[in-house]
Amino acid sequence: MELSFYLVQLLNAIQYGFLLFLVASGMTLLFGIMGIINLAHGSFYMIGAYLAYWLTDITGNLWFGILLGLPIALLVGYLVERFAISFLYKRDHLYQVLLTFALILIFNELQQILWGTDVHAVAIPSFLAGSIPLTENQSYPIYRLFISAVCIVLASGMSWVIQKTRLGMMIRAGASNREMVQSLGIDVNRLFALVFSLGVALAAFAGMLASPVDSVYPGMGENVLIISFVVVVIGGTGSIKGAFVGAMLIGLVSTFGKVLLPEMASVMAYALMAIILLWRPQGLFGRRT
Amino acid sequence: MSEKNRTGISRRDFVIKSSVATAGLAAASVLGPATFAIGGQAKVKVGILLPYTGTYAKLGTNIRNAMMMRFAEAGNLLGGRPIEFVDIDSEAKPAKAQQLTDKLIKKEHVDFLVGPVHSVVGMAMVKMARGKGPITVIPNAGADQLTGVLCAPNVFRTSFSSHQMGFPGGPAVLEDGHKRVVLMYWNYGFGKQVAAAFKKSFLPAGGTIVKEIPTPFPKVDFQAYLTELAALKPDAVYTFYAGGGAVKFVKDFAAAGLKKSIKLYGAGFLTEGLGKAQGDAAEGVRTILHYADTLDNPVNHRFRAAFKTATGAQADVYAVQGYDAGELILRGMNAVKGDVGARAEMIRAMETAEIDSPRGKLRFSKSHNPIHDIYLREVIRGENRVVRVAAKEQDDPATGCSMV
Repeated sequence: MELSFYLVQLLNAIQYGFLLFLVASGMTLLFGIMGIINLAHGSFYMIGAYLAYWLTDITGNLWFGILLGLPIALLVGYLVERFAISFLYKRDHLYQVLLTFALILIFNELQQILWGTDVHAVAIPSFLAGSIPLTENQSYPIYRLFISAVCIVLASGMSWVIQKTRLGMMIRAGASNREMVQSLGIDVNRLFALVFSLGVALAAFAGMLASPVDSVYPGMGENVLIISFVVVVIGGTGSIKGAFVGAMLIGLVSTFGKVLLPEMASVMAYALMAIILLWRPQGLFGRRT
Repeated sequence: MSEKNRTGISRRDFVIKSSVATAGLAAASVLGPATFAIGGQAKVKVGILLPYTGTYAKLGTNIRNAMMMRFAEAGNLLGGRPIEFVDIDSEAKPAKAQQLTDKLIKKEHVDFLVGPVHSVVGMAMVKMARGKGPITVIPNAGADQLTGVLCAPNVFRTSFSSHQMGFPGGPAVLEDGHKRVVLMYWNYGFGKQVAAAFKKSFLPAGGTIVKEIPTPFPKVDFQAYLTELAALKPDAVYTFYAGGGAVKFVKDFAAAGLKKSIKLYGAGFLTEGLGKAQGDAAEGVRTILHYADTLDNPVNHRFRAAFKTATGAQADVYAVQGYDAGELILRGMNAVKGDVGARAEMIRAMETAEIDSPRGKLRFSKSHNPIHDIYLREVIRGENRVVRVAAKEQDDPATGCSMV
């Protein structure tokens, strides 16, 4: 194989890493920073993809689809937090697992009632629809590069909000000591409702953005859930930088794993996680607790 | 058979026993519900184990709806008896297969078992049903073993074996003038069997396999593999992908610009019922299958119109398989006039059935697998059009089957 082959694979790996970060971003916020175990993360991703399909179909344009879909996703997140999650903050994690598992079943059923069981596709907006020639017979879709760009913006945006803004400070404080923050006069209930809604909206946004490259079908969220946990755990909970590095590492390892050790391809990401956890149980950028 | 409320006691047994001695009559009426033997009105229980959620939801729904449609056409009577359905969502989850099959056989005591879609679920199901279990009709699952090592007199299949999805592909690709081929498929039982069957016909006829690229199931990240494919520069690639994975593969293949230099082939699922989702990306893709929407025969025209009216959805190969499963059960039950106890006679009627299916002529091999024509199809303006018959009356070798 020539050098160009490995360069294209490197591009694939980085792009896959970006996609993984995008998919895991909502998980990073909810599980990584707030410590909420949300098994329905994949469902919110799926809801986003279906919203994008549905609204793009009506409006004829993915951008309008995303623009209209995001408030709906925020609302879904808000309702779920108010009527379900908010009762469980003081309880053991197991309750969150049970509750969010039930949400998976409910959302799957709703998806079938609302949108049926067909496989759907979302059209790429025309000005991003082309490809760039890479080698003599392979080209690269522009839309995939666009997704990478969005990811960079998203990652830096999230990092900035969490690390540098007052809201971010409140989120971090609220996650580590809820009662203390409350006694300082901050409305923690409102804060958590807001953050949970944001996390859901992020997951849905990932589904919307990925819908043109990942087709839209029942059960699509299940593929996303596990790998999102892996990304967050490798990076270390509490760190957006960690999640980003984790996503990139998995992108690299699984892409080159597919090429160099094809028989092992499906276990590479998990093997990487196991090794990292043996070496650093708190994850790459996690703080020891 | 010995459970008290089992409806399995046959009218023939009953008549013989009661004519021999009154003691026999007493024994029989304790064993079996007399309502059936006397009134003939007991319901026939048809257990259905198909996926209605998850990736295969559409397949399960279409199979069930088409089968129900066939029964409805026959007045919802099987050999004169009304039908009771026990319909269970398999979720296409192998882990649940055994428990759900057990429920249908031991708790519900179904007379017929229809399912599943997923081959691995099929393995678990057939292992439990073969032999003394209910008459089983498989309307999709393609694992060779189901009518191979695991074949049994009471197990039938109206769909296909993996062999039939790969073997006819070799000559078809060669006839189109492609000698250097890469195989790409989801790396599980069915995918591996399709690839092996393809090689069995392709290699002896002078073809070369450049490389085999098995990809993890059910993952849909193909980018790294497509780069590898581009670097290998084969004439063609033969694939097995289905459902959401098929949509993604066909679109990614086109987006990577590979359509210009590499011809894309596959087992029919690659483009079956996915036209709207794949759009232009699927144009020119060639697949082999025992059915095509555009097949020009009167049965198919009638079937497609009726399915559209009944369900509002377009029929596809899965609906055809469900429809034929219904037909096969009807044939069996009509031959014995609703007497499920006349098992041998019913099985004989089913295995000798010659069905005018929407797919064309359908009959069954000694191992109870379909024998049917395999078509080479090409996607033209969003439709799978028949290019030619790739294999006339394609049979299955039924490796390991004791009935052959």
